[in-house]
Amino acid sequence: MSWSDGLPPLDLRRGRVQLGHGSGGRLARQLVEQLFLPALHNPALAALDDGAVLAAPAAPAGQRLVLATDGHVVEPLFFPGGDIGSLAVHGTVNDVAMMGATPLALTASFVLEEGFALADLRRVVGSMGQAARAVGVPVVAGDTKVVQRGKGDGVFIATTGLGTLPDGRTLSAARVRAGDVLLLSGPIGRHGAAILSRRESLGFDTELVSDTAPLHGLTAGLLAAIPEGAVRALRDPTRGGLAALLHEFARAAQVGIEIDEAAVPVPAPVRAACEWLGLEPMQLASEGVLVAAVSPEHADTALHALRAHPLGRDAARIGHAIRDPDRFVQMRTALGAMRLVDWPAAEALPRIC
Amino acid sequence: MKHVEEYRDPALARALAEALAAEAPAGRRLRLMEFCGGHTHVLARHGVGALLPSSVEMVHGPGCPVCVLPIGHIDQAIALARDHGAVVCTYGDTMRVPASGGMSLQQARAEGADVRVIGSPADALRLARAQPGREVVLFAIGFETTTPPTALALQAAAARDIANFSVLCCHVLTPPAIAHVVRASREPGGAAAPLDGLIGPGHVAVVTGAAPFDRLAGDLRIPIAVAGFEPLDLLQAVRVLLRLIAEGRAGSVNAYPRAVSASGNRRAQALVDEVLEPRETFEWRGLGALPRSALRPREAYASHDAERRFGLPCHAVPDPPACRCAAVLRGVETPAQCRLFGTACTPAHPIGPCMVSAEGACAAHHARGVRSTRAEGPGERVAPLTRLDGVAPMNWPDGAAPLTWPDGVAS
Repeated sequence: MSWSDGLPPLDLRRGRVQLGHGSGGRLARQLVEQLFLPALHNPALAALDDGAVLAAPAAPAGQRLVLATDGHVVEPLFFPGGDIGSLAVHGTVNDVAMMGATPLALTASFVLEEGFALADLRRVVGSMGQAARAVGVPVVAGDTKVVQRGKGDGVFIATTGLGTLPDGRTLSAARVRAGDVLLLSGPIGRHGAAILSRRESLGFDTELVSDTAPLHGLTAGLLAAIPEGAVRALRDPTRGGLAALLHEFARAAQVGIEIDEAAVPVPAPVRAACEWLGLEPMQLASEGVLVAAVSPEHADTALHALRAHPLGRDAARIGHAIRDPDRFVQMRTALGAMRLVDWPAAEALPRIC
Repeated sequence: MKHVEEYRDPALARALAEALAAEAPAGRRLRLMEFCGGHTHVLARHGVGALLPSSVEMVHGPGCPVCVLPIGHIDQAIALARDHGAVVCTYGDTMRVPASGGMSLQQARAEGADVRVIGSPADALRLARAQPGREVVLFAIGFETTTPPTALALQAAAARDIANFSVLCCHVLTPPAIAHVVRASREPGGAAAPLDGLIGPGHVAVVTGAAPFDRLAGDLRIPIAVAGFEPLDLLQAVRVLLRLIAEGRAGSVNAYPRAVSASGNRRAQALVDEVLEPRETFEWRGLGALPRSALRPREAYASHDAERRFGLPCHAVPDPPACRCAAVLRGVETPAQCRLFGTACTPAHPIGPCMVSAEGACAAHHARGVRSTRAEGPGERVAPLTRLDGVAPMNWPDGAAPLTWPDGVAS
């Protein structure tokens, strides 16, 4: 017996989101039961209570909780290599993982636009469920609201991730010190370039796919390989790209940063797209790589540990932190000159010529 | 990437730099202007400046389309979007240029105006066909390089009778601007020494051909090297200029022969000539009013000319107080001499147009770590530029190079 009894089944082929799907009435219940639950199934969610009850993390004592939240408003919703559903899972899992924590559970809140195709919604939620299962982190609570047509962009997803952090581990950009080595786990810019290639106004053909991927396995391997404390900070270069990440490190830790342009892996199609659009690879988002700041004496071991994981095969040592009261982020260009790495003010806009 | 990586080869760059160091005239400072903002960007992005002899000073020219665009025309575009309900399509850089009253196209968009970033005029034309009920205006800016696609869109709009498409045409011409800055640099009592040579805009020359730069070099009695946009292209162009200067030759050399021919793209020239005509005069930002220095649609295309279609007046708007962009654009001051540079005016919050685009002189200096010499607080701090440390001298051109020495210059 279901609360949506008496309604015709959801038309998942041609149906569209209606305002009533966010009303809390039978329509809303039907959407949850027929679309969300099958895709995201797990016992905590299936209870459909106001909150999820999770078992408290087991010992060791002193373990702490990490909570991270993330909003997803990507356009287009479906892009080469992923969609907003898988991206929402990976992005939030990665936020938790960058704290050095083990992700336990996710929540997801959907803001749907009236008129959004139910088939597309099912695709998004299905992809989210698939990504969550692959990662081993269930979506245990959720919410759905509907806004009038024109007041949204298909679907927005807000996710929250919960994880556990072992006692004695604190990763933070503020802990980066002069002399620390910066390791990059893989090629940059694939997500940003793949998204740009599908934008209505800029579309171009490319074999590029987004690198969206969960990084908690990579971080676990790295953290296990070197002594506690040797990894100062982990961060993934999402919006703002590597350039923004390095500036965030410099700001938080009151250090300067020097990197070597030739050491930063940039896939040829990303480079080509950037040349064409007048953008900098350093400013394009990645969704499946990370930067680790590690103490210099453990840098080689850390690099090996990254390379041992499939997502870190192309890991590279790209630079280091230096003492610099001006907190400049500088790059040695391929020609051997130093220049500042720009911290973009806002969205990257293509240059005119 | 083919046609790119080979022109960024670090070993060849160092070899060229060694040659430049050996050939730079002793005891003489040379002021060379790279006219084009694209060259300014390459100098900053790759750190090419560090490879030049210390006696060579690169002066940034006005060839940055958004930098020379007068505020009055941006105001027009904003008025079209806000007051006439038009969809205004433009290139990304244009979005952030400050206009009157703290406005910009970006700000207008945030306040509800329909402003779109496009990659090509064809996108704007497509939009106009898809939405016949709306006025679609292409806010077209740029030098000879970006003019042919605008002309093509106008021609197509007329041929297919796409009545709701028009162009706010702010296309400008290179030769009058070059002539102006070179002559201005020679005026007695000027703020800076006269220019000794000019790096000509390679992309412009792809369209116009190298010939107009021959004429300019002769008329202005100045050496010109038309150059491509990779680091080796620029180093090569500087070397060409050093030779022309040493020989006392006021000529032009096509140092970008892989893309530039003597006569250029004749089809593009014919197309532009058919669709557009010179304006009697055009008010440039920084350079003032220059006769026959900009283009507008010909009478036959008047219905697709946004200025005529909407009866838009263009008001001259003074530059923001204290902003030195005008002097920077003429090459008589450096960005660091501006009080606003790096303090009130930054890439995140540009006040003058030269801080907006990555091609602007101020943005390029800022990216290199130059800080204002006039601002209060900490003085100039320049990111340390390493000069060829630990590189053994190499002979040029033995054993080199995918570079071909341009015609007309003895090697």
